[in-house]
Amino acid sequence: MIHSLFLINASGDIFLEKHWKSVVSRSVCDYFFEAQERASEPENVPPVIPTPHHYLISVLRHRIYFVAVIQSEVPPLFVIEFLHRVVDTFQDYFGVCTEAAIKDNVVVVYELLEEMLDNGFPLATESNILKELIKPPTILRTMVNTITGSTNVGEQLPTGQLSVVPWRRTGVKYTNNEAYFDVVEEIDAIIDKSGSTITAEIQGVIDACVKLTGMPDLTLSFMNPRLLDDVSFHPCVRFKRWEAERILSFIPPDGNFRLLSYHVSSQNLVAIPVYVKHNITFREGSSQGRFDLTLGPKQTMGKAVEAVLVSSQLPRGVLNANLNASQGTYTFDPVTKMLTWDVGKINPQKLPSLKGSMNLQAGASKPDENPTINIQLKIQQMAISGLKVNRLDMYGEKYKPFKGIKYMTKAGKFQVRT
Amino acid sequence: MTDSKYFTTTKKGEIFELKAELNSDKKEKKKEAVKKVIASMTVGKDVSALFPDVVNCMQTDNLELKKLVYLYLMNYAKSQPDMAIMAVNTFVKDCEDPNPLIRALAVRTMGCIRVDKITEYLCEPLRKCLKDEDPYVRKTAAVCVAKLHDINAQLVEDQGFLDTLKDLISDSNPMVVANAVAALSEIAESHPNSNLLDLNPQTINKLLTALNECTEWGQIFILDCLANYTPRDDRESQSICERVTPRLSHANSAVVLSAVKVLMKFMEMLPKDLDYYGTLLKKLAPPLVTLLSAEPELQYVALRNINLIVQRRPEILKHEMKVFFVKYNDPIYVKLEKLDIMIRLASQANIAQVLAELKEYATEVDVDFVRKAVRAIGRCAIKVEQSAERCVSTLLDLIQTKVNYVVQEAIVVIKDIFRKYPNKYESVIATLCENLDSLDEPEARAAMIWIVGEYAERIDNADELLESFLEGFHDESTQVQLQLLTAIVKLFLKKPTETQELVQQVLSLATQDSDNPDLRDRGYIYWRLLSTDPVAAKEVVLAEKPLISEETDLIEPTLLEELICHIGTLASVYHKPPSAFVEGSRGVQHKRLPGSAGSGESVESPDPGAAATETPPAVIPSQGDLLGDLLNLDLTPTTTTGPPPPTTSGMQMGAMDLLSGGLDSLLGGDIGGNPAMGAAFGAAPATMPASFNAPGSGGLDDLFDLGGGVGMPMGALNPPKAVWLPAMKAKGLEISGVFVRRAGVIQMEMTLTNKAMSVMTDFAIQFNRNSFGLAPAGPLQILTPLSPNQSIEPLNNLQVAVKNNIDVFYFSCQYPISMLFVEDGKMERQVFLATWKDIPNDNESQFQIKDCHLNSDAASNKLQSSNIFTIAKRTVEGQDMLYQSMKLTNGIWVLAELRVQAGNPNYTVSSVALAIGPIINQNGFENGFTNQAL
Repeated sequence: MIHSLFLINASGDIFLEKHWKSVVSRSVCDYFFEAQERASEPENVPPVIPTPHHYLISVLRHRIYFVAVIQSEVPPLFVIEFLHRVVDTFQDYFGVCTEAAIKDNVVVVYELLEEMLDNGFPLATESNILKELIKPPTILRTMVNTITGSTNVGEQLPTGQLSVVPWRRTGVKYTNNEAYFDVVEEIDAIIDKSGSTITAEIQGVIDACVKLTGMPDLTLSFMNPRLLDDVSFHPCVRFKRWEAERILSFIPPDGNFRLLSYHVSSQNLVAIPVYVKHNITFREGSSQGRFDLTLGPKQTMGKAVEAVLVSSQLPRGVLNANLNASQGTYTFDPVTKMLTWDVGKINPQKLPSLKGSMNLQAGASKPDENPTINIQLKIQQMAISGLKVNRLDMYGEKYKPFKGIKYMTKAGKFQVRT
Repeated sequence: MTDSKYFTTTKKGEIFELKAELNSDKKEKKKEAVKKVIASMTVGKDVSALFPDVVNCMQTDNLELKKLVYLYLMNYAKSQPDMAIMAVNTFVKDCEDPNPLIRALAVRTMGCIRVDKITEYLCEPLRKCLKDEDPYVRKTAAVCVAKLHDINAQLVEDQGFLDTLKDLISDSNPMVVANAVAALSEIAESHPNSNLLDLNPQTINKLLTALNECTEWGQIFILDCLANYTPRDDRESQSICERVTPRLSHANSAVVLSAVKVLMKFMEMLPKDLDYYGTLLKKLAPPLVTLLSAEPELQYVALRNINLIVQRRPEILKHEMKVFFVKYNDPIYVKLEKLDIMIRLASQANIAQVLAELKEYATEVDVDFVRKAVRAIGRCAIKVEQSAERCVSTLLDLIQTKVNYVVQEAIVVIKDIFRKYPNKYESVIATLCENLDSLDEPEARAAMIWIVGEYAERIDNADELLESFLEGFHDESTQVQLQLLTAIVKLFLKKPTETQELVQQVLSLATQDSDNPDLRDRGYIYWRLLSTDPVAAKEVVLAEKPLISEETDLIEPTLLEELICHIGTLASVYHKPPSAFVEGSRGVQHKRLPGSAGSGESVESPDPGAAATETPPAVIPSQGDLLGDLLNLDLTPTTTTGPPPPTTSGMQMGAMDLLSGGLDSLLGGDIGGNPAMGAAFGAAPATMPASFNAPGSGGLDDLFDLGGGVGMPMGALNPPKAVWLPAMKAKGLEISGVFVRRAGVIQMEMTLTNKAMSVMTDFAIQFNRNSFGLAPAGPLQILTPLSPNQSIEPLNNLQVAVKNNIDVFYFSCQYPISMLFVEDGKMERQVFLATWKDIPNDNESQFQIKDCHLNSDAASNKLQSSNIFTIAKRTVEGQDMLYQSMKLTNGIWVLAELRVQAGNPNYTVSSVALAIGPIINQNGFENGFTNQAL
């Protein structure tokens, strides 16, 4: 199981270590540093690194490497999942997961790690339970603790720990009972030169914020549940009911949680929200190149495309770009050769465009590689897969909750080849 | 105010200051001080000097302070064992606390203090906690048993904690069950044969029930444990699958992958015609695809596993090609894995798409990735015949880009395409020749030279081209030199008139000015061939080459089966059996997929070609079969139905003799792109016995003393070599061999043939442990002495690993037990008599040898040359009774009585072994016998 954990910052300093079994010398991280040196980019460090006596499994989040040391045969996914959970917990507790935040809260971090893992076995990783065991630091609580001398460690056994619904604590009370659901879809696509779709798929999630008194039992049904053929549920969802009736039936955890994530595969027809007209050319023998890019909305069901951000890694030979944006602003970083264009909202009447010339190094030959255009965007009030919630019902409690559903589509890895 | 303040002071008296604060009367100050100590500890500062002061703070009712002190204790108790004893009392008291949280915390912390003296005190509280009324305490205690076992395994066994732990599997609380399973699994890892997790249908049922209700981590433990179970029949298998399938929809990817492992394993037992089987296959694809939308680290592990799944059951993901398309900002380790899987999934149906993608990748920035993409195009061409033409034209397009490394990779793969489809795409040679000057990597140069040599008759200026390479002959790498030598000889044989000077030049360069024995030997061979018989030389050098195979990159099937059982583990990430790399795996049990319950076929295969590759590489014949083969082959030669002698073996042996420099140059010849050589030399008469004097081949000859010096003793059996490891399984390395006993030494003769496209070097060999302690290295060591009355069947089945620069290959082969009979196996008469009486009857076994037309004397003589000695003979009622003894290499004596009745071709043998069960079985005896009957 997981032996030890090292946190390493971007400059290669180990700023926290935690051992759950015997102490492993931090020199074991040298193997990690070697791999780090070999990798061209920070994200290219391989996730599993063998050393003579241990294995190092690492994830990179928020520019911090979380390096777990294991000694015996352990499922690597188990370790990686756990590390992600650690990161999520830190973020949950401290708002951000940065070196500064971790150092600021080092004692809480240590208490958390101790609580999350026992002898390498995960103990409590549900945020609800952890928060009962160790209260998250708030300014108010710090002050109260300082004055009264009380602690931020819970004295009671968390109620959910052993119940049939470990994700929910008992005795929850709210004056305003509310349940909000966000359907967020990210579209991953590769579009080829000519504008046709090579592959497009949708990663969707339903995130919930449920603040309901007591033990509510919710059901959520969809207009078109057959879209959801590849789903991963929060443990609270009753799988049998879903299998039989395609209805989500669950006792929700308290607070924020991810109810469901789903995947609409490339075999379904996926709507592409924007199109890109591009013409990026370099002439042989000339030190100039032309850059011409126009964006337009495609299948958006009449909703506005907002927060559009175009970025492209231009060839190494490009010295600078002299462009003219019809809207928004663009920047070109001459060191990384990254061109970024913050477009904003697309107006279908007046399509945004970015035109101009690029200068190459004098005498350099025509670049070999074709830049890929990466697009980020947001569309409110629409799930691009067409998923729609039909109704939300609550059983088990008498009050009437506020209910709300929000839809949003974002671009995930949306790439246009040129 | 944040915790960062704890880091600020680094003045001289820091420890001193902390000491004072820890001993302060004020509670609040104490707590702050402990926090400072903990903060220093987390960044690796040594604060062990404060041990007594921190421990003094332990007696407190403040839970946070208590926890902090516990944290400190766990870290430093080891370095201050005497001091740690001070803490014991508090621990024991806390284990009785009314608050379950504190009870659990105490037992948990005690388990983390790795000091022997403390563990003694731990036993009683632990025993109580294992039976605690609160499940939270029980589940913590379960883990504590694993901790304790890690510190002192004997203590855990003596105290009977293991049985208590086993009882917890039936606990009413699923979390307790999960932790008990996790603890037992961890303990079982260090006791591979202890049978700790004795799985039976009842426990399985309990686990499946707990599976639905426990935490995600518990589900992983339970699923991994389930994967070790072998269901009794296909119905049980199906019912487990049905109950595991919902886990595929779990949000935790580790749960998903563990569920996939269970399903992949149990699916083997389902009949293929079952509807459920098809449903299950369909259900497996979506979760695997979903794993690919996770974070890159998860993707990487998922992809490594998908790579295995795709090889085992390509049908699961055959429609999902698109999800493996590479995004330009994927990390490189994800890109390379995706590429590999794309090729494995490539088929006629999707090849157009794949090629378009690969071409796109070839224009990316990352050089490594581009190279791999170009190679992938070549692999597609070889894999999907219909696409070859399109692949070649894609490669030509890429060559036109003139990007140096792309051109070089393209030329290397075009060479392979030529070998797969000879005389089809030669029109592209002209384009290749244009890029001759830009090649600066040895592999690309060698490939180009091979092409020029192979198609010399169609290239007008082939002589000029080759001559241009010759100028810098000594600066080239060996690979290029060998290739150049062969290519010029080919050219000479095709156009003798114009190139005489050139060939003389290269031969003298190779033989006189080179220090490389391979090159020199090859030069001499060509020289002699050309000077003695040019016609023969032509037949040799320009002989038809065997086609290369597209399956060379597949994982060897038995390994694949084992890896499928280890999906989701490190083994699956490294594609190596767990025993190969996990530290402290004291004899990891090899897991195998269960056999199919339905028909005999093991896997549904997409095409008949693949079906062939899916049979295990070395089917170990059952005793009966082997016997049958031998008898048929040896005793009744007229009705030979045994394995036909491999047709190539003679040729290969010949090749080795002639080269007498052996392995390396033969391999070099094959690989360097001149496949003609191996086959070619076979045409020469192969008269000498095989010799293995490979100079650079890692001392194979030393190990086995395979040198030809030993003559064949009269009458010894010289069975034909059998193919132990087909080339298809071992990335082109074919191993055939045989065991013989010569001059008192057991010899394993092997012929290694390289049928791949690249050079193999760094050969090494290793044997798995075996009953008779055969080991490659002179003297025999008995690694596993057989203890008295041990009732194991001696395994004359040898598992061998051969390693070269490409990979490690495993195969197993069977050696005739007669080899193990040593020369001094003749027992004194008196001793024999006494021993025969002493041995209990149940050590005796009896069998008959049929159809043996020898009289007793002849039989005795024959057997003697196989080290089965006749001690005495008597005749009773027309029956000849021969009393015989033999001694095995591990010092075990075997006594036998052979009854021969004149005119009856059936012999009766009773054999007894000294102090050990039926060690000598029918098989062994008859082997020895039949060997001589030849």
